[in-house]
Amino acid sequence: MVKTLDKVDAVVVGSGWAGGIAAAELTKKGYKVVGLERGKAQKREDFVGAKDELRYDVRKLMFQELNKETLTIRNTLDETATPNRSNDTNAINGTATGGSGVHWNGMVYRWLPTDFEMHTKTVEKYGEKIIPKDMQLQDWGITYDELEKYYDQFEKTAGISGEPDPLRPGQRSDDYPTPPMKETDIIRTFTKAAKELGYHPYRIASANISETYTNPDGETINGCVYCAFCEAFGCDFGAKADPIATVLATAHKSGNYELRNNSYAVRIIHENGKAVGIKYVDTETGEEFIQPADIVVVAGFTFTNTRLMLLSEIGKPYNPKDGTGVIGSHLTAHQRNLTHTRVRGFFDEKKFNRYAGTGALGVTMDDFNVEQLDHTKLDFLHGFCLRTSQRGDRPITNNHVPAGVPSWGKEFKDKSIFYANRRIDVQQQNGALAWRENYMDLDPTYTDIFGDPLLRVTSKFHDQDRNIVRYAHQRGKELLEQMGADHINIPEITEETEFDKTSLSDHTGGGVVMGDNPETSAVNNYSQVWDMDNLFVVGASSFPLMGSSNPTATVGALAYRAAEGMIKFLENGGGQLVKKEETAKV
Amino acid sequence: MADNNSNNPKNTNEVTDPGRRSFVKNTGIAVGGVAGGALLGGLFSSRSKNDSNSNTAADKGSGKEKRYEEARMYFTRIADFAILEQAVERIFPEDDNGPGAIELGVPYYIDKQLAGPYGSNVGDYRQGPFIGSKAAASDSSLDRGQIFINGLRTMDAESQKRFDTNFVKATEDQQLEIMTDFADDKVEVKGISSKGFFNLLRSTTLEGAYCDPLYGGNRDMKGWKMKEYPGAIASYAHMIEEDQFVKMDQVSLTDYQPK
Repeated sequence: MVKTLDKVDAVVVGSGWAGGIAAAELTKKGYKVVGLERGKAQKREDFVGAKDELRYDVRKLMFQELNKETLTIRNTLDETATPNRSNDTNAINGTATGGSGVHWNGMVYRWLPTDFEMHTKTVEKYGEKIIPKDMQLQDWGITYDELEKYYDQFEKTAGISGEPDPLRPGQRSDDYPTPPMKETDIIRTFTKAAKELGYHPYRIASANISETYTNPDGETINGCVYCAFCEAFGCDFGAKADPIATVLATAHKSGNYELRNNSYAVRIIHENGKAVGIKYVDTETGEEFIQPADIVVVAGFTFTNTRLMLLSEIGKPYNPKDGTGVIGSHLTAHQRNLTHTRVRGFFDEKKFNRYAGTGALGVTMDDFNVEQLDHTKLDFLHGFCLRTSQRGDRPITNNHVPAGVPSWGKEFKDKSIFYANRRIDVQQQNGALAWRENYMDLDPTYTDIFGDPLLRVTSKFHDQDRNIVRYAHQRGKELLEQMGADHINIPEITEETEFDKTSLSDHTGGGVVMGDNPETSAVNNYSQVWDMDNLFVVGASSFPLMGSSNPTATVGALAYRAAEGMIKFLENGGGQLVKKEETAKV
Repeated sequence: MADNNSNNPKNTNEVTDPGRRSFVKNTGIAVGGVAGGALLGGLFSSRSKNDSNSNTAADKGSGKEKRYEEARMYFTRIADFAILEQAVERIFPEDDNGPGAIELGVPYYIDKQLAGPYGSNVGDYRQGPFIGSKAAASDSSLDRGQIFINGLRTMDAESQKRFDTNFVKATEDQQLEIMTDFADDKVEVKGISSKGFFNLLRSTTLEGAYCDPLYGGNRDMKGWKMKEYPGAIASYAHMIEEDQFVKMDQVSLTDYQPK
């Protein structure tokens, strides 16, 4: 039997950055908010002494266990999808309080003005013909200039350490709140080579911060000690900006926030075009509840948001055959076996302190971003960043050897030990654009523990996806040659390199995309659902493309924008915040 | 619980030397019985080839500090465990850099992992049908523990077939030939691709070589010492800007975690 609880002002699914920001902003204004988090409760104390590579980085303790729910994956419409069964193959989603925002590396990038108007700017510059058949380019219905103040707000909440990108003058209203992280030998080596080649390197903006900082909400983040246990770990020292240390603390402090853990949202309940609340299961007891609210905020990961919309039958499901519908469309990602790869340089004579570092300690450059390139001379659209970072190499997961050395046995052991500290990687990360037949829907066969269908991902790489990575690898190779690397490994990208169960990453977007037209988008630029004005779907699910750098700051900026919209909605007694007829372009 | 004489711990306390030689000597009176026969066939004879190397876990156990945590938790047959020992040593052999997988405790590490939730895929999605590729261990309908049993026994059967001897008694080159074919996916294993099994064997071997010693691998932090990996150091803030390599003493979680 489902128990209906007392109504609150807002119910928020998820306690990561998107849900945390919504909760903080609403509760600061005095609204009563209930947060539903399917993962367990966790706080800073859980991370003290957690420097355990096997438990966290290899067994993925902070990632969602797949025994309750996973994705199924296939390449094409006529194939049968099979489940991603284990985090050994691919760990994607965070879980527990704070979501993926707790175990992130903390790289903070602002996406480019072109990203938000990708269709308009591409056509303006090159004409419609440059867009490949079956590629889906779409504007977001909001510009970079309009989003800038929300990026700034996110950076100030998180205390981000950084310096301006020399190729993007005039795009910031203020400096980063804290100075860049310390400089290492690896960073100096990359920077010197990049400058010699005429590029414009600058320090990666970091949420593992350079000095102790108190944010505008009064929350304090400690200065990072470079302990090398960052990316898959909660911070031992409270020195990484995460939702627990910042926005969730702010929400709790207000006295208006209740976070319910082990609370698994299964449906958005709606009647007559209005969201009523969230139906959820307490996974510790099996009890079912409905939490009614004036506004419903769905702020889980891309997959959760998309699946809840499909299961709840809100919006029109996307149909890849005729391109109609929206829910599930524009699936894009930084794929681990393509976009997220690294060119590795090995140095016979030089040792670096690779065991030390932190998640976002590094240097990056924008010389090959979408706005710097002339695409008439290239066989791809969009662009990429090139960078190196020093996260602290842990020994189980870092056993890299020059090409030609076997992956086990005598020579492997000898070389993997010899090169353990003699390496610099150059990683490219490129923009990933949407394709007509890359999408999400509900799987016809496999179900979760409640008997509901799993989300099915259909996705295939296209020539353009492979071409941009091959091009980026060559630029990475040139950088490593300039640094003096003795051996350089370039990942082989062939026609057989294909989307598979290892591809999806925590940088996955789409499914409930943002736009200026209800025919081609699910939400407006406040993340408000076009067809249901008291429902907000917030997070990377709203991305119509994946930019050429890490997505969290854009999630944060859109969440601040969405929270502003929620407050307007509650203050003004409802209604669409963006008028369809004003913005929709035919 | 009944105080059965044969289960009385006092009886085992009477064995003063737990090493393999004295154990075999003490149980020698039982030769001819089922237990004795299995021991001689699976354990003693199969390991005798390695006695000159003094390279087995049991040998390392005798005469040195006793490791009470080193007994089999998952593998029921000593013969399977003996194959595992040889296989992981071939993946990560003793050399001039330092100890190999056996001395690092890798076989017992893997045994402990398989006895726990990882071995039975507790955190994984296990709803059928298990269709499609068996390229990865987790795509198999077998759990990881079963994959090890099937994989190791198939390695043994391959050795019998090709070299007329079991895997443990085969020469190093013969063992390497079989393992290379497993890695190249050229052998049939029930319920899993041979490559899928091999990748699992390789990844768990590296885990056992380099995990925190709390898990039973990386004995005495010797894996970390070889790789000049410091372990659980509180802070590198004082040296992160150095342009020379800084060698550090290793710190385990036993030392690091607040108690």
